[in-house]
Amino acid sequence: METILAVVIGVLYATGIYMMLRRSLVKLIIGLSLLSNGANLLIFTVGRLTRARAPFVPEGADALQPPYADPLPQALILTAIVISFGVLGFVVVLFHRAYQTVGTDDLDEMKATDT
Amino acid sequence: MSLILRTATRFLLPLLLLFSLFLLLRGHNSPGGGFVGGLVAAAAFALYALAFDVATARQLLRIDPRRLIAAGLLVALGSGMAAWLARKPFMTGQWSSITLPGVGLVPLGTPLLFDLGVYLVVAGVMLTIILSLAEE
Amino acid sequence: MISGGIIVCVLSGFMLALLAPWLYRVGRRATAWILALLPFIQLMYFVSLAGPIARGEVFVFSSPWVPGLKINLSFYLDGLSLLFALLISGIGTLVVIYAGGYLAGHHQLGRFYAYLFMFMASMLGAVLANNVITLFVFWELTSLSSYVLIGFDHEREIARRAALQALLVTGVGGLALLAGLLLLGQVGGSLELSTLLNQGEVVRAHHLYLPILLLILAGAFTKSAQFPFHFWLPSAMEAPTPVSAYLHSATMVKAGVYLLARLGPVLGGSDAWHYLVTLAGAVTMLVGAALALFQTDLKRLLAYSTVSALGILTLLIGLDTALSIQAAMVFLLAHAFYKGALFLVAGAVDHETGTRDVTQLGGLRHVMPITAVAACLAALSMAGLPPLLGFISKELLYEAKLQAPRAAPLITGAGVLANVLLVAVAGIVGVRPFFRERMATPKNPHEAPLSLWLGPVILAGLGFIIGLLPNTLAGPLVSPAVTAVRAEPSEVTLALWHGLNPVLLLSVLTLASGMGVYLGQGVVRRATSRLEPIAQWGPARWYDVALEGLNALARIQTRLLQSGYLRYYLLMIIGATVGLTTYTLAARGGFPRPDGATDVRFYEGGVAALISLAAVAAVRARSRLAAVAALGVVGYGVALVYVLFGAPDLAMTQVLIESLTVILLVLVFYHLPRFASLSTQRARYRDVLVAVAAGGVMAALVLAATSIRFHPPISDYFAEKSLVQAHGRNVVNVILVDFRGMDTLGEITVLALAGIGAYALLKLRLERKESG
Repeated sequence: METILAVVIGVLYATGIYMMLRRSLVKLIIGLSLLSNGANLLIFTVGRLTRARAPFVPEGADALQPPYADPLPQALILTAIVISFGVLGFVVVLFHRAYQTVGTDDLDEMKATDT
Repeated sequence: MSLILRTATRFLLPLLLLFSLFLLLRGHNSPGGGFVGGLVAAAAFALYALAFDVATARQLLRIDPRRLIAAGLLVALGSGMAAWLARKPFMTGQWSSITLPGVGLVPLGTPLLFDLGVYLVVAGVMLTIILSLAEE
Repeated sequence: MISGGIIVCVLSGFMLALLAPWLYRVGRRATAWILALLPFIQLMYFVSLAGPIARGEVFVFSSPWVPGLKINLSFYLDGLSLLFALLISGIGTLVVIYAGGYLAGHHQLGRFYAYLFMFMASMLGAVLANNVITLFVFWELTSLSSYVLIGFDHEREIARRAALQALLVTGVGGLALLAGLLLLGQVGGSLELSTLLNQGEVVRAHHLYLPILLLILAGAFTKSAQFPFHFWLPSAMEAPTPVSAYLHSATMVKAGVYLLARLGPVLGGSDAWHYLVTLAGAVTMLVGAALALFQTDLKRLLAYSTVSALGILTLLIGLDTALSIQAAMVFLLAHAFYKGALFLVAGAVDHETGTRDVTQLGGLRHVMPITAVAACLAALSMAGLPPLLGFISKELLYEAKLQAPRAAPLITGAGVLANVLLVAVAGIVGVRPFFRERMATPKNPHEAPLSLWLGPVILAGLGFIIGLLPNTLAGPLVSPAVTAVRAEPSEVTLALWHGLNPVLLLSVLTLASGMGVYLGQGVVRRATSRLEPIAQWGPARWYDVALEGLNALARIQTRLLQSGYLRYYLLMIIGATVGLTTYTLAARGGFPRPDGATDVRFYEGGVAALISLAAVAAVRARSRLAAVAALGVVGYGVALVYVLFGAPDLAMTQVLIESLTVILLVLVFYHLPRFASLSTQRARYRDVLVAVAAGGVMAALVLAATSIRFHPPISDYFAEKSLVQAHGRNVVNVILVDFRGMDTLGEITVLALAGIGAYALLKLRLERKESG
């Protein structure tokens, strides 16, 4: 399964990067979103996949019983998901503002406006 | 928006808020926690803002979401400083327990307080961004 | 109890620095006298410790700071630190009072006091620190406060330049010092000076001894303005005069000397130490004294003579004999008194007449009699006339040089030459402005107010009184200091009269020649002015060239790398990553062999296909809404992956975030223009190529990472302790709020900032528009 997910991650990175290389701001935002999904999935896969054994200590036990899904990458990704939304929100607002001020979403035209 | 959505939202909002608190409180032992709880709370109000309008949602919320952010950070920071009272390094979890009638012994600790801080910050940030954008 | 007082002394200065601007607003003119109470109390405290220290006690205070890195907030008070602490607090008291008069009415005087107290506290911390990291932190804080004090008149460009120059030179030295101290800590096995002091043998025998020595010397030499780093000190005279007197003469510039003396028992005693330190000191001594004669500005004259004095101190420490260390400690005291007094006099003269040009000053003794007396006393001490402290110090100096272990005649000759020049400088600075006939000055001078003459009078008077009673007053301070530097009990006896001996003969010779140079200075200056073009190519010029070179390099690389187009930056970053990673994977044989994907259930394959197709659809979408919808499918698909592989918390979070993202994007995209194809066909092919390559490399990386396991997972610890120690069954949540709670605190702070930033972008501009 790791092989298949590796391909999925590759697709997410490729599509995300392609979108970020476009001149349109809107596409850049979509690219950013694809890329952060890819990054989260990457951490998840590299932390090893375990089917259906969530990291909860069962009733009556003192510790996790192996095999269990690694909780550490999960904790990392959980915050990453929320933070990437915060960043996305900020970027969206920034571009919204920039578009209102400059009147274009073409990055090349924006370049000329800050001089 | 449609009447159905409005009516449904009126019922959904309290349910979602209760659910978010439920997620927050049980998060230490089952799926849930401050992040998810905060998101559910934010989603509930965002839904309300979509069904009615932002002004109504803000009115219902009563408190500026920015204050939620500040309060959340303070709660999280304060829960970490509680360890100083016990002369332990910053953010060492401090635990005690109370007996609730019908439930039994319930452990209470500063990490739960910290999770509450996370809940408030997450809900506050999401609502700040979404409500301000929707007002544009 | 007593050792606790040390940390109170250091920290109280920082506290007062915070309060000073407020106090000034309340207290106005009286502020200086109130503020001066703190250094005065500190002075009394240190004086009270002088008795026990003279009896051989040392005081240690230690409190853990960053225990994981062995960094302690620890202080160590012995004879050497005490001598410096007394100078810092004593002269500090006088300088605070003086500044109140000198800068009276300046609109930023409150801020000035804040900086001054920050410096005072940092300097005390530096000379009292026991932990080398603590020492380094305070050391750098003195550089920083020196920076803001030199640039205090920040509206003048020349002041800003001088401040930056001082900061860069001492800052680079500080970095070298940090490296040296860390190495020293490694080699010596401890970061505490009190332990390191006993590790001299180990350190000197270690193969890293020479790098350590060079790095620490770089720190000490830049701070103490040794040749070729001396040029920042004269430039630093742009600072207000109280700063020049305090930082750039009496205390901060001696931090390097302090460090050399402090580390003498650890690093000293080798040939490398002896040659390097002696040579740097001797050259600095001569260069400083010679350049001083060129100057006409009172403060620059004093600055170059300070450079020379710092050279003398370094030279004496490099000689490393009992006698030379004794001479260094006495000279340290004598110099602090007379040079501090002369600087303050220069400031008072400038304040009253409006000029510091020695060629325009004369006959001031009639209008400024008190200042004149203080100036003459200090100048005579500087020239080394009996019965002043300067005389005793110079006698010791010559004695130490005559008995130098190597090249004694050469060193003595250089010393006499430098002292001859310094006698002339003393005359020019301390005597000439007050005698001869009166000259017209920009302002009509009166006697300076009490606050301006109190400092010079006390400092010059101390040089006189201690000169009369050297054993009673200076002996108890100097003996323990010498003991500390030599790391062996030393008893110092000071006397005015040593009998008729070669040293006295040298003194007489020095004085006579010095008078000659003073009287014939016109001739001397003409003769040496031919050297001036050479001086222009001195180290100050090297500094300028180096700085210009750095700026030019920055401009070139900016032109090359920063086109201003986001996609070119991205292309460069991605291209470099792909290239380097591919190379590494190929070179290390890291390309994985796919495991044949046998272990896949059909619904898992379905989810994977769904995500991939949706991602491609998001790229190919012709409308914004379609793209957002495709993005949503990607997000929910990823959530399904989380569900399938045991991460319900992640799945819930992902679903919620995905829903909120769609709301967010829909809200904004209504206001944004429709999708348009802006790029050229060629650019699109290029980007497809880059993107596919990057995706391929990432996939290969994931496979490589999953097929190797370098370390056992650290999650076992969390798995074991989660319920037992943190009372939680949901291990992910326990990691977030307990085990790694500090990280989460940082993350929610970032989140809060993003939210507030977005809010500010949206709202603040509107509000301004409404109000204006």
